Amino acid sequence: MSEEREPPPLPGAAQTVFPEPQDAEDLFVSAASAMESPEAACLSAEDISPSSNGPRDDDPDDLFAEATEEVSLDSPERQPILSDGPSPAITPVTPVMISPRVDVFDRSPDQDEDEEENRDTFDIQISVSDPEKVGDGMNAYMVYKVTTKTSLSIFSRDEVCVKRRFSDFLGLYSKLASKYMHMGYIVPPAPEKSIVGMTKVKVGKEDLSSVEFVEKRRSALERYLLRTVKHPALLKDPDVLQFLESSELPRAVSTQALSGAGILRMVNKAADAVNKMTIKMNESDAWFEEKQQQFENLDVQLRKLHASVESLVCHRKELSVNTASFAKSAAMLGNSEDHTALSRALSQLAEVEEKIDQLHQDQSYADFYLISELLGDYVRLITAVKGVFDQRMKAWAKWQDAQVMLQRKREAEAKLQYANKPDKLQQATDEIREEIEEWEGKVQQGERDFEQISKNIRREVGRFEKDRVKDFRVVIIKYLESLVHTQQQLIKYWEAFLPEAKAIA
Amino acid sequence: MMLLAVNVDLQTDATLQVDISDALSERDKVKFTVHTKSTLPNFKQNEFSVVRQHEEFIWLHDSFVENEEYAGYIIPPAPPRPDFDASREKLQKLGEGEGSMTKEEFTKMKQELEAEYLAIFKKTVAMHEVFLCRVAAHPVLRKDLNFHVFLEYNQDLSVRGKNKKERLEDFFKNVVKSADGVLVAGVKDVDDFFEHEKTFLLEYHNRVKEASAKSDRKIRSHKNAADDINRIASTLYTLGTQDSTDLCKFFLKVSELFEKTRKIEARVAADEDLKLADLLKYYLRESQAAKDLLYRRGRALVDYENANKALDKARAKNKDVLQAETTQQVCCQKFEKISESAKQELIDFKTRRVAAFRKNLVELAELELKHAKGNLQLLQSCLGVLKGDT
Repeated sequence: MSEEREPPPLPGAAQTVFPEPQDAEDLFVSAASAMESPEAACLSAEDISPSSNGPRDDDPDDLFAEATEEVSLDSPERQPILSDGPSPAITPVTPVMISPRVDVFDRSPDQDEDEEENRDTFDIQISVSDPEKVGDGMNAYMVYKVTTKTSLSIFSRDEVCVKRRFSDFLGLYSKLASKYMHMGYIVPPAPEKSIVGMTKVKVGKEDLSSVEFVEKRRSALERYLLRTVKHPALLKDPDVLQFLESSELPRAVSTQALSGAGILRMVNKAADAVNKMTIKMNESDAWFEEKQQQFENLDVQLRKLHASVESLVCHRKELSVNTASFAKSAAMLGNSEDHTALSRALSQLAEVEEKIDQLHQDQSYADFYLISELLGDYVRLITAVKGVFDQRMKAWAKWQDAQVMLQRKREAEAKLQYANKPDKLQQATDEIREEIEEWEGKVQQGERDFEQISKNIRREVGRFEKDRVKDFRVVIIKYLESLVHTQQQLIKYWEAFLPEAKAIA
Repeated sequence: MMLLAVNVDLQTDATLQVDISDALSERDKVKFTVHTKSTLPNFKQNEFSVVRQHEEFIWLHDSFVENEEYAGYIIPPAPPRPDFDASREKLQKLGEGEGSMTKEEFTKMKQELEAEYLAIFKKTVAMHEVFLCRVAAHPVLRKDLNFHVFLEYNQDLSVRGKNKKERLEDFFKNVVKSADGVLVAGVKDVDDFFEHEKTFLLEYHNRVKEASAKSDRKIRSHKNAADDINRIASTLYTLGTQDSTDLCKFFLKVSELFEKTRKIEARVAADEDLKLADLLKYYLRESQAAKDLLYRRGRALVDYENANKALDKARAKNKDVLQAETTQQVCCQKFEKISESAKQELIDFKTRRVAAFRKNLVELAELELKHAKGNLQLLQSCLGVLKGDT
């Protein structure tokens, strides 16, 4: 690796690295000399100074000066986080870590703008439709038709139709999360499993609740796909493309709740939770602290709102049922009333109430599909956002741990000075030197990763908030329009009834 | 105070006008101020007021029912007992839960519960008033001595509520009465008018009961939905104050809108309660009173027929004929007296019923329209602002 030593490429923004060679040179020289002559086990003061190990947010010069060693991005620790799919295509827009470092640091702010413009000409329509039951009994499952219509060039055809089942969607999410979440990307979560709901469908109950369940799921899957492709990086991901285009998809077995992978996931989640409690991060960037607090507050309020809206949906359904029931009783009363005009008016009242009950039912669907589901989606999305902040904490912790290890190795090296076994000394010194080099590399990588994920998160959060504003605006306006329609209908019905009531003589 | 949902076309002439001018809710009782204006010579003054409690109204009603002279009239149904228990319980729960909600939420909920309490209070006053007005409007009942005492005697009538023994007695009396009622109803009437009325009232009463129960449930769901909208408005307000994006203004505006629309929804439920539910409840009680009249007439008919049979037997045996004749005459008179007034009562009942339904259905439709239009206007103006902002 020492042969390929070349100065680190310049990031677009950080132009100030080289113009200030003074400080950089010292460290550069000492580090370089340390590498060239492993025998010279004397460490200059600067190397083990605390300043070279801690977070260097305020001193970008030294950051890059230390990075004399090229750490290959194909190092073993990278592998586990790669997906099991084929390696992604390398395009200038895709900030995938597997590509050479050049791309990673080439992401200038200008490119961010370009991306936004591309999104305005975003041309892809996805629909999930035609749920079909396949198989019988407990092995049965629903298959959905996924239709993609697009003019984007990354797709092989203008219009593609494929058949997918629920676990395919879960599998897609699983792959995307494992690829992108650790980089700070907000990956839209897939809809939740529902054992109760699915069992009813499997058992073959053709009643209203299973029909509603399938429709709810279909709609949720559609929203999930739309959100996924709205993300510029995810849209170009080969797993996504394969999901949308290829007629056959390998069955995602690891999504079963009680499978080995499922249990591993649960264990990991628990471990993460414990880790989160023990990591105390020195937050030097107020933006992150502020944003985390904001998302925390948003989470609390959205959950509260969601609960109230769910209650409203329930009560409106109840109102619809009770109105229908009242309508019937009013009709019966009208029948037994022996004053003809009053009898007729009561029958008319019954008809009005029947129409109103249908109105309430329609309104409750709007309550649900527009507002309640949106809120549910956002509660899950915010969990993903919080997850991404956690990933940043993990990256920070990893970086800190690497620094601690480096420190230990350096101390061990210093100790070797005082060991009095000259014949073993050379070998031990060589070993420790290698280890120090290794950990220096890891520290640099850790810092780079931390910087990168922080940058990504800033960008992602910006994008997320923009989408959130748009989503809520659109949905709330649609919802208010549905309320307007309901009132207009009510006016129509009561205006028709009033003369009937007045006609009672 | 004038929530006279069913008090239509009652001939309130100058000779006797009764109303409840004030009411006070104390711990577990309500004190009604009964105000009378009369030109009748029976009263010492032309205008006077007394304070009465619910038990005294019941005493008056029961005295009518027990009076044989009034057997041929539909006795105006007694007003239901004032029931603030549910409302008080809610207020208490609110007080206990004060710590777990924000100050705004607490104040809002308190205001609503207080409004609910006030609405129940107004309703109970109205129902007691309707009872008195019905009595005052009735050509015979208005002359009743107990009624005058009720109106004028400015001391406590010392009417205590029934004790356990008396209540048990009442219960058994009712059981016997309904069993007897079934027997009596089974007797076919020669008079077509009454036969028709019997069938009609039986079915009508049951249907009104159904409709009344269903309308109560419907209105409760409506209130629940309005409560949900209230909570949604509060949460939207909090979101609006916290949000760092452009959405903050959006949320605040929508929160404001929902505050207003849910007030309207609550009014719709309240008006439906007043115009529809209360109407049905009242006619449930009145139709029962009409059924009671038919029962008394039926009873008198059976007694009359039995007396006839007894007379025939006595004549045949030539024993106690005079006594049998007297009994038969008494029964005959009683029966004919009841029949005569009952016919008129039932006709009046129909007239009153039709008028009350007409008034209430018209008012219901008008109020529904008013609220829907108000709602629509709020929604459209808010939409205009929100769409313009984007």
